[in-house]
Formats: sequence, structure tokens, C-alpha cells
Amino acid sequence: MLNKVTDSAIDAMSNINDGATILIGGFGLAGQPAQLIDALIARNAKNLTIVSNNAGNGEAGLALLLKSGCVRKIICSFPRQNDSHIFDDLYRAGKIELEVVPQGTLAARMQAGGGGLGAIYTPTAYGTLLAEGKETRVIDGKNYVLEYPIKADFALIKAFKGDRWGNLIYRKAARNFGPIMAAASNHTIAQVSEVVELGTLDPEHIITPGIFVHEVVCIQGEAS
Amino acid sequence: MSDYKPRSVDEIAQCVAQDIEEGMYVNLGIGQPTRVADFLPKDKDIFLHSENGVLGMGPAPDEGQEDGDLINAGKQYITLLKGGSYFHHGDSFAMIRGGHIDLCVLGAFEVAENGDIANWFLGRPNDIPAVGGAMDLAVGAKQVYVIMDHVSKNGEPKIVKTLKFPITGERCVNRIYTDLAVIDVTEQGLVVREMVAGLTLEQLQTKTGPKLIDKTQ
Repeated sequence: MLNKVTDSAIDAMSNINDGATILIGGFGLAGQPAQLIDALIARNAKNLTIVSNNAGNGEAGLALLLKSGCVRKIICSFPRQNDSHIFDDLYRAGKIELEVVPQGTLAARMQAGGGGLGAIYTPTAYGTLLAEGKETRVIDGKNYVLEYPIKADFALIKAFKGDRWGNLIYRKAARNFGPIMAAASNHTIAQVSEVVELGTLDPEHIITPGIFVHEVVCIQGEAS
Repeated sequence: MSDYKPRSVDEIAQCVAQDIEEGMYVNLGIGQPTRVADFLPKDKDIFLHSENGVLGMGPAPDEGQEDGDLINAGKQYITLLKGGSYFHHGDSFAMIRGGHIDLCVLGAFEVAENGDIANWFLGRPNDIPAVGGAMDLAVGAKQVYVIMDHVSKNGEPKIVKTLKFPITGERCVNRIYTDLAVIDVTEQGLVVREMVAGLTLEQLQTKTGPKLIDKTQ
């Protein structure tokens, strides 16, 4: 009987090694898999490349991962925020590499990665600093920039409910990057607030089918 | 010297809100544009999109009703209207890039007379670049309106011939709402649709880089 549910976030990190590329879900704190990030910090793998919309808030979750010194590079759309002082200090000290990607391009590159496309042409960022040195093309009279897929070794995401096959549903705007990241990684670990019996999730409402999910970690008593 | 009073932030937001029609799908950028939501006519169905994955965004929740999973692109707590929906970032930016958003209202550092906009990065030595959805919104929305002060804190025009700050998107702004005037970006040039009472076109011109065309009558 296949069961993707594991009890321990720590155990779920056991295959993450130095140099891994990891997608981390969330928009700010909504959808950020805080307990999985804590376990990743405990894993202490070095030289990680992290892909996430932001670069951490305050002194929690992703910000603490950056503080731990495990991250070599971050790919994100909006690193600078009121409470991103951990990232800001690392960046200004030259201790972390930053690749800024427009938010929609970040999503599209991961969708390309998850969907097996070789590249995409997007109109976003044409003529800007973020398209410098990139191939461009005119298609039907409009300017596009060539962008390559993002594909990762791991994804850490947060969902609301999951089952033992890895099917997931999300909660409100915490869905954000979860379904896209799940598809774009070789090994997706989802933390959920509740594990339900197989067949409980309405197939019409499953947002991420279990094929994209490899481990489901139930975080007990997680208030959503 | 005639006497005039610049519009407040709320008055500018009200001007924009008046121009939004029933049935429009609208994205309000972070900061000042968010204020437009407060002045939308209650008797019209207008759909607010937030790029983190919400359509049918409602007002801020009552105190004690905040939900960390229900925020807007500015990471403020929001509510969802009846009929609203949630979706992932792929769908959200397909709505934007795919031309499904009728109108986006953005803040800006500068707008050029050809509609180029700079609003993501000042590019000073110690600045950290952060773009979010600004470039997607600039190129993707069917119409882009900008809300900004007419001049900078140093009194320099923010409507310019060519941008001095790094560009966000080329030729994408359709209309500019400032504390002094409403100006359309057209093939013929910058057309002044409306000005605050007491202001003359000559006065407005001294605060604006490119040549203005008067169509206030």
C-alpha cells in the first residue's frame, strides 16, 4: 500500500544534500512551509540555491534559512521588503547571490520546467535591465524575451489537506506558487494541516494531483 | 498668478475610481493605487484582481477577522467577495500577460511622453532590486493608468521626455493622474484632459517635461 505520508519533517529532508536547488512556496508568509524550512535548517546542507517569491520576512522561516548560511543563491521576484533585513544584510555584504525575476516570469519558468518545455518567450521585461543579454524575438509584431525553465531537485510547499497518494488542496491565497512548484521539482515535499482518508478529497476539487507530490508531512495542531 | 490647490491622495484616487466602469477586471498596484478601491461605486460590479491569486477582492476585514492566508499583493489582510476565486500564480499571471485584465493602476517614479514607465528600481548604488509583478502588469494589462505626484520632492517633472530611472515597460501607460491634472498618453502626444481649478496650462507646462496639448475644454 503506497503511503506518501511521513510523520517527521526532519526525515523528509534526509535526501537533501549540499548544492541542491530547492523551490520554496509562499507569498510572504502565506503558503510558506515554515515547519519544513525549520527542518531544512536542521539538515544543514550547504551551498543551496533557493527559488521563492520573496527573500524572507522578519526572523522566521525563509529568513532564518538565509541566516543559517546554507544558501548560496536566491532566485526571487521581490527580495526587498520592510522586514527583509536578514537578506538585505547578506546581500550588501556580498554573502548571497541574487537573481531577480519578474513574478509572472518566475511562475512561467517553473511551469515550463514542470511541463517539459525547452524555453518560453514572454513579453515581460522586454527592453529592461532584467532582459539584458537575453535573446529576443518579434512574434506577430510584438517583442518577446527568451527565458529558460526552472527545474529543481526539491520543492517544499504548504497545502491545507492531503491524502496518502499525495493529492492536495490549498487554503485561500496560500495556494500561490504551490501547484507550480510541485510540478517543477523532482521531489516535492508538502506540509499539510490535515491528512485525510483516500477518497475524501473531491476529485473535482483536487488542485495538485498526487503525481507531483512525493512526501506529505502532517503538521499537527497547525493553525491555518 | 492664479491660485490653485493640488489634489490629495484620496482625491486622486477618487478621480481614477470615477473612470472605472462596471464589469471591468482591475488590478490596483501596491501603495497609493490601492486607495482607489475605497472610492469604487458600490452599485457597480467591478472585479479587483490581486496578483498573488485572488479575483473578487473585498475590503479589509474587521478587527479580529484577519486571516494570514488571505492577503493581497501588498501583503495586507483582505476579504473575498461572494463569487470571488483563488488560483495559483500561473493562472494569475496568465490573466495579466494574456490581456484579460482590463485596467491596471500603478504608481510610478517617472512616465515618458511615449508611455514608458519607471516604477521598480531607482538604481542607486546601495539599492536592492525588487520587481514583483510590476513588469508583467505594465506589459500585460489592456490599459495602464498611473497615479503619481506631478513633480518630485525636488520639484522636478516626473512626466519626462525620456526616463532617467530604469524602465519597467515600454509604451504601456495610457493615462496619468497627478495631483494637478489628468493627462492621456496618445500618438499625438500628451493630452491634458482636466486640471485642478485655478491652474493654467502655462503653469502646468512649467512642471512637465514634454509639450502638453490642451483638450480641457
